[in-house]
Amino acid sequence: MVSTLHWPSEDFTQVPFAVHVDPELFELEQARIFRGHTWNFLGLEAELPKPGDFVSTYVGITPVVLNRGKDGALHAFVNRCAHRGAAVVRAKRGNAANHTCIYHQWTYDHHGNLVGVPYRRGINGNGGYPQDFDPCQHSLETLRVESYQGVVFGTFARDMAPLAEYMGEPVRKRFDALCGRPLRVVGTQRQLIRGNWKLYVENLKDCYHGALLHAFNSKFGMFRTSQRGSTAMAQNGLHCVLTTFGKKDEKIGSTYAAVGTYKPKFQLEAPEVVEYFEEHADGMVSTVLSMFPTFVLAQIANHLGFRHIIPKSVHEFELVWINFVYADDPPERLHARRMQGNLLGPGGYLSMEDAEALELAHATILSQSGRGHAFVQMGGRGLADQDHLVTEVPIRTFWKGYCDLLGMKVGEMRAS
Amino acid sequence: MSAELERRVVELNYRYAACLDGNRLKDWPDFFTEDCRYLIQPRDNLEQGLEGYWLYFEGKRMLRDRVVSLLEVNIYHIHYERRLVSNVLVAGREGDAWLARANYMMLHTDNEGRSRIFSVGEYRDRIVEAGGELRFSERHVVPDTFTVQSHISMPI
Repeated sequence: MVSTLHWPSEDFTQVPFAVHVDPELFELEQARIFRGHTWNFLGLEAELPKPGDFVSTYVGITPVVLNRGKDGALHAFVNRCAHRGAAVVRAKRGNAANHTCIYHQWTYDHHGNLVGVPYRRGINGNGGYPQDFDPCQHSLETLRVESYQGVVFGTFARDMAPLAEYMGEPVRKRFDALCGRPLRVVGTQRQLIRGNWKLYVENLKDCYHGALLHAFNSKFGMFRTSQRGSTAMAQNGLHCVLTTFGKKDEKIGSTYAAVGTYKPKFQLEAPEVVEYFEEHADGMVSTVLSMFPTFVLAQIANHLGFRHIIPKSVHEFELVWINFVYADDPPERLHARRMQGNLLGPGGYLSMEDAEALELAHATILSQSGRGHAFVQMGGRGLADQDHLVTEVPIRTFWKGYCDLLGMKVGEMRAS
Repeated sequence: MSAELERRVVELNYRYAACLDGNRLKDWPDFFTEDCRYLIQPRDNLEQGLEGYWLYFEGKRMLRDRVVSLLEVNIYHIHYERRLVSNVLVAGREGDAWLARANYMMLHTDNEGRSRIFSVGEYRDRIVEAGGELRFSERHVVPDTFTVQSHISMPI
């Protein structure tokens, strides 16, 4: 039993802790968010070059298979046999002419249509299905699939707006800048974090924790609060694009003199880990794009990657990092991106603290049964865009969009 | 392969584990040669032909940077560590290096005293002899546990 969900303030400066530990809310999220009106990350076109190629993934907690059909188009279905409920596809990836459930060998095509049923007419006059058995009534549940710049998304909502419209201009602009040319996946990294998935979504929109929690960052400054930065929101505040601009030779120290975690004396013997090359004409150094509900596209210095947040339960999520390079990167750029790979991921110099902070928060919120509210007033109150990064506006607009989507109203008490 | 060499490789593995389990992180780089490589590459990536390294260090100086950063800069889970190393095999020789493998299991015990398996996998090593000591010219850690429990701080 968790505390009542109560949103006391119009500008979402108080967030009920219960949102992270309420099991009923988690069920509601599956229905209204993941199976509702959102576009969810499924995979990359680059992972599925040939007909029959497939990858297994999740939309929320629902297992989904994305595959390329003989028609060359991408199709997605829920990985649950229409017969007795077993997972049809067991492999994480591969190539298959069709998909057969191991239990009773019901067989489906790439679209999820049932194309084979054993003993349909029985054996020697015994058994078999009734005359009115219609395979068309026993297909797998399917998703609508669209992609943008090679990144594939799916939705359960048949009447969903087109993907490009859902993304909005700020999100499309970053996709165009970062994914608009052939890329190659160089690796995936996974971490299982004992916390609610939205703690990480908040973290992605948290402009100023980077300089305080991640001390390595304040020393080497890929993402500094004092940098020229911008926040841009879309889709009723649910998507957010944080960007910093800068020059490599800017002085860093003065920004951090008062920050407890700043380590002025720390030097690297191997500075290639933080040596980045300027890659964007507009001076963009870093960008973190979080697209609701669970997709991230980020460039930190020259490290390029997607991230997929997969909720496992109300108390746990998996974070999957999908790192990429450009197909035409020369060797020195590949080397620089590989070296900067030490900055990000589950053990990265810039990122390892997030999991620790989120697990501390979740465990403590849970110990108090979700009582009380988080305090979200950095950058004052209100929801207006700001042209600096010393702000929690993106977190507040996120919670507004979230409440709208789930039908929760400010001032209303929702018993859980 | 001589029994004496195998004994020395086992001992090298035990000393490595004892160093890290005993919280002597500063001594960790000395198990490596100056131009070493230390890599952690989860097994699912290795088998797909992907890099996917959690850490990719070239040269002992990158190992020393990791040590200083962990001791002075980064913030991470508070825990004890225990490494169990077994199935040590010396499989052959390439150039001046012995090729060796070993299984490991790494356990974490948190600051409430609760233990759990953090990672299991394999060490794939290149070991060279210099000045009468065996050192790693490469330690390629391949965790089977390809999803990290929370986050990874200390070397495996």
